[in-house]
Formats: sequence, structure tokens, C-alpha cells
Amino acid sequence: MSGEAGALPLAAPAVPRPRAWLVGVVIFCALALAPLAVPFVGGNYLLLIGSRFMILAIAALSLDLLIGYGGLVSFGHAAFIGIGAYATGILAVHGFTEFYIAIPVAMLAGALFALVTGAVAIRTRGVYFIMITLAFAQMAFYVMGSLSAYGGDDGLTLPSRSLVFGSAALKSETVFFYAVLATLIIVTLALRRLVASRFGRVLQGLRQNRQRMEAMGYSAQGFQLTAYVIAGAIGALAGFLLANSTEFVSPAFMTWQRSGDLIIMVIIGGGGTLYGALVGALAFLSLEEGLSHVTDHWKLIFGPLLVLFVIAAPGGIARWLGWRAHE
Amino acid sequence: MSEPVLELIGLRKAYGALVVTDGVDLCVPHGELHALIGPNGAGKTTLMNQISGNASPSAGEIRLLGETVTHLSVAARARRGMARSFQISSVLPEFTVLENVALSVQARSGSSYRFWSAASREARLNDRAMGALAEVGLQDRAYAPAGQISHGEKRALEIAMALVLEPKILLLDEPMAGTGHEESERITALLRRLKGRYAIVLVEHDMQAVFALADRVSVLVYGKVIASGPPTSIRENAEVRAAYLGDEEFA
Ligand SMILES: Nc1ncnc2c1ncn2[C@@H]1O[C@H](COP(=O)(O)OP(=O)(O)O)[C@@H](O)[C@H]1O
Ligand SMILES: [Mg+2]
Repeated sequence: MSGEAGALPLAAPAVPRPRAWLVGVVIFCALALAPLAVPFVGGNYLLLIGSRFMILAIAALSLDLLIGYGGLVSFGHAAFIGIGAYATGILAVHGFTEFYIAIPVAMLAGALFALVTGAVAIRTRGVYFIMITLAFAQMAFYVMGSLSAYGGDDGLTLPSRSLVFGSAALKSETVFFYAVLATLIIVTLALRRLVASRFGRVLQGLRQNRQRMEAMGYSAQGFQLTAYVIAGAIGALAGFLLANSTEFVSPAFMTWQRSGDLIIMVIIGGGGTLYGALVGALAFLSLEEGLSHVTDHWKLIFGPLLVLFVIAAPGGIARWLGWRAHE
Repeated sequence: MSEPVLELIGLRKAYGALVVTDGVDLCVPHGELHALIGPNGAGKTTLMNQISGNASPSAGEIRLLGETVTHLSVAARARRGMARSFQISSVLPEFTVLENVALSVQARSGSSYRFWSAASREARLNDRAMGALAEVGLQDRAYAPAGQISHGEKRALEIAMALVLEPKILLLDEPMAGTGHEESERITALLRRLKGRYAIVLVEHDMQAVFALADRVSVLVYGKVIASGPPTSIRENAEVRAAYLGDEEFA
């Protein structure tokens, strides 16, 4: 691939601003150190919460590729989590517990679902795209709920966590935590490269001005569908991790509420920055955690808070901090 | 004469009862600058949109280098050599000026399904883009976000984006509209340099520029071409004067 250094000085814009990736480094370092706090606060609960945050952050990152970079507001992203989780669970039930089988199968299943449903959805725009992605996700939700061989609505308990070359190392919450952290870092870095690549530029161009991109000769649908498939595969990877985290899979993994939560994470964090999705997932889960201790009706508080936030800080936390989108 | 670059045959378009393109025939050979003039609402933009594929005609045929493209998508026509600017500037506002043009270069240089290496480090894209920016006099603005440059600069940027597509034909819809005097002179000078290299269809209200640049002028009124010919004959055409042109423009 051609990655030779440019002959031109690609001057940084004049205004200095907090570098987005610094926030990523801070978050990753904090996460890496978190297990050290286990003896003092929370015990394994801390690790469980941390893993859950990172898993949802992975899903939110992949959704940011669609929303923030592609302008494709998918309201069905939880379906990919569910598909990845079910693929993992069903494989495990049939004795395929190695991660190197479960991960590719889960991601391929997510990619395939994205390819088929995306091929239809990508033909629509705006509100119609939102509605049709939601409809496909609901379809997946009901299909999974009707799989009586795999627990139906009650869900499916995994015999164990995935094995790593025969070893049950992931049984340890600490090891699992670090495995999720490693996955999160890999996904973040890979998406950073992706959005800066030729493909990433085209995807962003299509969001900014589709008419102009088509006049250059770019066919929108091929690029958008590819992005949808990539995001679907990563969403399914999050599903693989979630199934392992809870050792349980159920249709509740893929409710429309979860899809909505993921959109909210991207929006709070600020779409089109990736690190915003990380921050957004963290903010969302902290608020959820905090408010749900105060009252069972925490969503009644959370909803208006969210509206206020979007009014006060359009562009999310990222824009608030002065990051440029697609930096 | 060699095969025309662009050919319109019996093109017709109606919005309900309103006929905006009424049996238009047009032929633009290589290297010719064909100006399209006519009063507001005559259907010039709609005609350009049909040529580029942004609007579909009700009847008739559009040929690009002998190939019928009437039903091809905008993108497919662009890949076959059509490049255009829009009457209302159309750029990628969040990208820098350089990134806008580099993305246009990218459309013509290899696959865009590359997912790993940074596009901003591809010297091939940047050098080519910088060259085009120099050609339209925008090199000083290379790192400005395209959404923040002046109106006239956006017009120039659109032309730079069109040029790097290595087009067979350039469709320019009022490239000087709303620009300052200096900027419109700069664009006129640029078009004079480009003339001969590409077939160009130019919609423009600035008559001085039109008569200075055009090899051929067609006058569109209510969707019909009422006259077509070299600038001198159009200038003298009584019907054209009556329908459209104010005499003072020919002083
Ligand atoms: N999408 C549309 N629907 C209905 N009428 C349209 C549409 N686009 C253009 N028109 C009408 O077609 C006529 C020609 O418009 P246009 O091509 O923009 O003219 P010009 O560029 O010569 O000023 C106008 O009367 C305009 O109102
Ligand atoms: Mg017009």
C-alpha cells in the first residue's frame, strides 16, 4: 500500500487545542491500572463494570463510524451485539468454545447480517434509514426470541467462557478485563486508521456533501454499505465479549432501547471523533450507574438531562473540548 | 470533424405542465467552449443537471463521446469524464481546501477501497491537488476549511476539483455569479487558459465574459434554444435581443 511521506508540509491548523488522542491515552491508562484498585474498592464488581463499559464502548465506536463519519444514523446497532453474542453462545452449546473459532464466526455473522439488511437500508436516507435499521433489528430480536432450541425469550446460558487455545484463562475476571481492554485498544486504533484512510475520507465526504462526491464519481452506496458491514462486524465482536462477560445470552441484548443507548453514547461524546464515543460511553454508564442508585425511575431524570445537554453542548463533549471532528 | 464530446438529441423535460427543456439539440466538439445564456428561469441549470445526471430528462438522448449516458448515474457519468461546478457552490465544508481537491484526485487515481494507510500522507494526491490549487490561484488557502473560504474562492475551488478529474467535458454553471470584480476577472482568465484543453459548457450571465470566451453561444428561452451560433452572430440576432439581451450589454 502507498503510504509514503507527503512531500508537502501538511501544516497543523494554527489554533492549538487539546489533542483528542491524549484523552484516549488517559482512558486506556486508567483502565489498565483499574484492576490495581480491586482490593480497595468494589472488588470484582469493579472489573465487571469496567468490562461492561469497554464492551459497550467498542459497540459505540463502531456506531460512531456510521453516525459520526458516515452520517448514517443506525437505530439497530444492538442487533449486531445480539448476533455476535448468539453466535458465541450457540457455538459454545455445540462444543465450539475456542475464541479463534467464536470470534471469526461471530464477526462474519454480524457482517453478513449487515450486508443483507444494509443493502436494503442504504437505499434510504434520513428518517427512513433510522426506521428501517430499527425494523431489521426488531426482526432479529424476535427471531432470536423464537429460537426455542436456544432458550427462546429466556435466553441461553453458556457452558463456560471461551477457551484460549485450550486454556480457561478468561475465567479470571482480571484476565478477562485485560482481554477486553486489549480488544478495545485494537479496535480504537484500527478505526483511527480507517477513518484517515482513502476509504474514510470518502465516507466522510459523503456525509458532508453527497452531491459533490457523486459528481466526482464516487458511488455512495458501495462505500456506505462497506462501512455498515465493518461496523456490524465490530458490533458483533462486542457481542462476543458481552456473551463471555455474562456467560449468558438473551434477546434482551438486542432491544431497541440498547440501540438507543448506543446512539446516545455517540451523541453525548460527540460524533465523528472516536474518542468522543469512548467518553460518551463512560459518561452514559456513569450516569446510569449513579442515577439508578438514586431512583428506579432514573430514565425520567436522564431523558431531560440529555435534552439539556444536547442543547447546551451541540457536538457533544468532544466539540466542547474543542476537538475537531475527523481529526 | 472528430466525434463530438457531448451531444444532446431532442432533450425534453417537464415538471408537471411546466416544460423546462423543450426539444434541445446541442453538440459540443472537443476543445470548444459553448456558452449557454438566457434569462433567469429559462432552464439552464435544469439542462446542466440533465447532462450531469442530477436530473433525468422526460425524453431525448444524451451522448458522451458517442456513448449514450441518458440513464447512467451521476457517478458513472463522472467516471466517464464529466466534471461540473454547481450554481450554488458545492464543496466539502469540513475538509480543508487541499483535502477537497485531494479527494477529487483520489477519484481518478486507484482504488478508494483502501482502509489502512493515511490518505493525507499520499504525496501523489497532495502534489496533484496543490498543482491544481496553484492553477486556480488558491494555493495560499490550501489549509483553510473549505466551508470558511469566500464565495469566489469556493467557485475557484470547484473548478480545481473539476480539473483534477481529468474530464473530457467541463460543465460550469455560473462560475462567476456572486463573485467580486477581481475574482470574476481571475476566473475569466482561468477559463481562457483552460479553453481548448477541454470541451466546456458554460452557463454565465456576465456577457462580457461570455462573448470574450465562447466559441459558440446558444440562447435558451423557456426551455427552447432560440438561437445558436458564433458570438458575433448571436450579438447581432434581433430575436435574441428582443427576447433577452439588453442593448446596453453590447456597447
Ligand atoms: N425540481 C423542480 N420542480 C419544479 N420546477 C422546477 C424544478 N427545478 C426547476 N424548476 C423550474 O424550472 C424552470 C427553470 O429553472 P432553472 O433551470 O433553474 O433556470 P435557470 O438556471 O435558467 O435560471 C424554473 O421555472 C424553475 O422554477
Ligand atoms: Mg440557473
